[in-house]
Amino acid sequence: MALDSSKTTGFKYVGTRPDRPDGLDKVTGRAKFGADAYAPGMLHAAIKRSPHAHARIVKIDTSKAEAMEGVKAVVTRADFATGIEGEFGNILENVMAGEKALYDGHAVAAVAATSALIARDAVKAIEVEYEILPHVTDVDAAMQAGAPVIREGAADSSVPEGLHPNIVRYYESGHGDVEAGFAEADLVIEDHFLTEATHQGYIEPHACLGTLGTDGKGELWCCTQGHWYVQKVCAALLDVETSQLRVTASEIGGGFGGKTTVFIEPVALALSRKANRPVKLVMTRAEVFKASGPTSSTSMDVRIGMKKDGTITAAQGTFRLQGGAFPGAPCEMTAMCAFAPYDLKHVHQVGYDVMTNRPKQAAYRAPGSPMAAFAVESVIDELCNKLGLDPIDTRLKNASREGTRASFGPKWPRIGLVETLEAAKAHPHYSAPLKPGQGRGISCGFWFNHGGETAVSLALSEDGSAQVAVGTPDIGGSRASMALMAAEVLGIPYEDIRVTIADTATLGYNEISHGSRVTYASGLATIKAAEDAVQKLCARAAAKWGIPEDAVYWEDGYAKPSGPNAGEFEPLHIGDITATMGATGGPICGHFEATPEGAGVSFATHIVDAEVDPETGKTSVVRYTVVQDAGKAVHPTYVEGQFQGGAAQGIGWALNEEYIYGEDGRLQNAGFLDYRIPVASDLPMIDTVIVEVPNPGHPFGVRGVGETSICPPLAAIANAVSAAAGVRMRQLPMRPSRILEALESAVDG
Amino acid sequence: MSKTHVTTKVNGDEVEFLCDPRETLLDVLRDRLNLTGAKEGCGTGDCGACSVTVDGRLVCSCLMLGVEAEGKEIGTVEGIATGEELHPLQRKFIEYAALQCGICTPGILVATKALLERTPDPTEEQVRYWLAGNLCRCTGYDKIIRAVMDTAAEMREAS
Repeated sequence: MALDSSKTTGFKYVGTRPDRPDGLDKVTGRAKFGADAYAPGMLHAAIKRSPHAHARIVKIDTSKAEAMEGVKAVVTRADFATGIEGEFGNILENVMAGEKALYDGHAVAAVAATSALIARDAVKAIEVEYEILPHVTDVDAAMQAGAPVIREGAADSSVPEGLHPNIVRYYESGHGDVEAGFAEADLVIEDHFLTEATHQGYIEPHACLGTLGTDGKGELWCCTQGHWYVQKVCAALLDVETSQLRVTASEIGGGFGGKTTVFIEPVALALSRKANRPVKLVMTRAEVFKASGPTSSTSMDVRIGMKKDGTITAAQGTFRLQGGAFPGAPCEMTAMCAFAPYDLKHVHQVGYDVMTNRPKQAAYRAPGSPMAAFAVESVIDELCNKLGLDPIDTRLKNASREGTRASFGPKWPRIGLVETLEAAKAHPHYSAPLKPGQGRGISCGFWFNHGGETAVSLALSEDGSAQVAVGTPDIGGSRASMALMAAEVLGIPYEDIRVTIADTATLGYNEISHGSRVTYASGLATIKAAEDAVQKLCARAAAKWGIPEDAVYWEDGYAKPSGPNAGEFEPLHIGDITATMGATGGPICGHFEATPEGAGVSFATHIVDAEVDPETGKTSVVRYTVVQDAGKAVHPTYVEGQFQGGAAQGIGWALNEEYIYGEDGRLQNAGFLDYRIPVASDLPMIDTVIVEVPNPGHPFGVRGVGETSICPPLAAIANAVSAAAGVRMRQLPMRPSRILEALESAVDG
Repeated sequence: MSKTHVTTKVNGDEVEFLCDPRETLLDVLRDRLNLTGAKEGCGTGDCGACSVTVDGRLVCSCLMLGVEAEGKEIGTVEGIATGEELHPLQRKFIEYAALQCGICTPGILVATKALLERTPDPTEEQVRYWLAGNLCRCTGYDKIIRAVMDTAAEMREAS
């Protein structure tokens, strides 16, 4: 009989708020992040980057750099594997340019030297001859006939014939007959929306320390959201066996999706192989902005029809995503998320993945969803305004529920959208009076959440404590969540469990910490691994008592005979069993390997009050409330933290953050001074409401929480700003100059 | 390039080092003195992750040269606790979950300690403006502000 500890109530540890296990290390400066590793004989590396948005590389002369004292190795594309295609081929092309530099900041060569200063000087001594080519950085311009072609043949089979070669993927879905639906509407609104590329903005630049020998064996330390993926990619790009490269994930100083791929690690390893010494490579902040992945910029058209009573009759959206110089912009996800919150009879959505001369976009927290919500929820807001309807009641009227057919096809299982809307409506924020000059905005948001390949191993120590090895880097307190879930199953205190992020040599493949999957998938695997260990503990007790294994059960850290028929035995504590495990069959460990597919989707509703100064165009967010379904909040404080962090990033995206390109195709604001993320004095306290509608696909009902929190803010803030300013804002960021322009054109118009 | 000999005090201990005149104080702390608590988030004084005190004054160590440390007293996150006893700010940051990834935490602790030494009873607004030079991308600052306010209250009560 398989042990099953599934439950959604009656928790002892899950749902409590203990101190995080890595807290002490992080408040004392001891925690080791990507750039905090050093090795004997270590070299420092630096990367030579293209100053051009689009250029053919005619010649690279590294001789002067190589001749400099202290320089130990110089690499170019010739030092990497050849013949790699597909996803890894694109990553290689991005990691080190081949025939063309495809964006301002594209790597073309790299140096390893005895000091960082020498490495930087040597980079300047590398001479590159370029033939400058026409470039394009805007998504709409890149789709036009005559636009410079970034790379021929990059489109896949999804793209209809006759489209520009920069359109590399196409997605379309929906159901019903939208034109018939629009004909039933009392009011149809269609609008065009634009959002700019924003960066994840993690405070820790990419950093790694790599050693690769001519024997094909290597060690790599790096800050990453997924070290098995790094292992796989680096092995391919350097043509070594995957298992011979051991990758250890450092503490990670923020990722938000931006550390789900590979930028510098293969370069450090290539330099190390050539110099035969360990090589440390750390990006500067300017390199982070120029050459690691921002999110897509977008151009979107959304059309929605509504009856006077608030019923949505049809919805249609076209979403064009700029993905940089490589395929991969999340056009499918944008289109799929767009209308997901609503029960629609007639719906149609289209997505385009468009290449430009910009850095390869990378995932950013619910990739693609926030922009879609901005467009869709703005149109719904406008419809509610024009028809005199309450924005929450209208959303409730059309809300997706269990059994509703989703806008992109499947039937929803148990979901919690209605619960978030009801909680938002009941929240004092929603009925609080506004001051003059202020506006209130509402938005819903949706994210899929993800399962993915997962392996966890749990080992019991002689004293009855437990070590849990998980493979998903801890980007927001997940070690605490894992320990809580293991404690719940084992029935031992949270403090008796130590959770470690294992290296690639220790566990089977673990997919990246992405898709809000960690607490769901690694959590599920931790629960199953703990159950596996408990079953073995029960077997040892059964053997000692001489009764069948299924006559023993586990409760609060004790093996107990399951009833009078099993016999009368004194319960055995976990420590009593582990103390003698060497003599009763050997070490007791539990493990679990699977690809869980029951990640519960998650919905949120946000309420924002914004104040707009008509003189300066400056917007202040004066009150913010996040309401989100967490399924089950394992560590509620860290769930709140995810809600607040997503809202704060959304505020930056909505109001201030943007990639600004000049006519020359160069990024003009590659630093935190000119790319200004929200600072403490920009923000109010961010109130949170955790709604718990259990996910049937997780033993404790957990849903991912990390990403959904960034889906509603762009729209909620735009709706609040539009209400405060009295003019509809259709372009992000809503920086002061743009607000003033909108106010002026409203007066002129 | 010839190196310069520097004598300084870090967290109360006398230290000597040789450094290139182009090296920042942050480079020296991390690469020469093995004090990696201060982080380089930007190298341009915009993020505050490298915050230290120099003769009691809060500075970005990425904006100061290592040679300028001659004869100064440097304070870093590694010197905030006293033996096994954490500074109240360190305790409260753990208690309030005022950190997620933790990369900005050393700088924020150094900065808020400097604030509370000058202003033991700060308003929320004062805390927010004082920390405007310390970027945190994970938390939205909410729990950080609460932890600082509560620490200030506790320290006032204790004094």
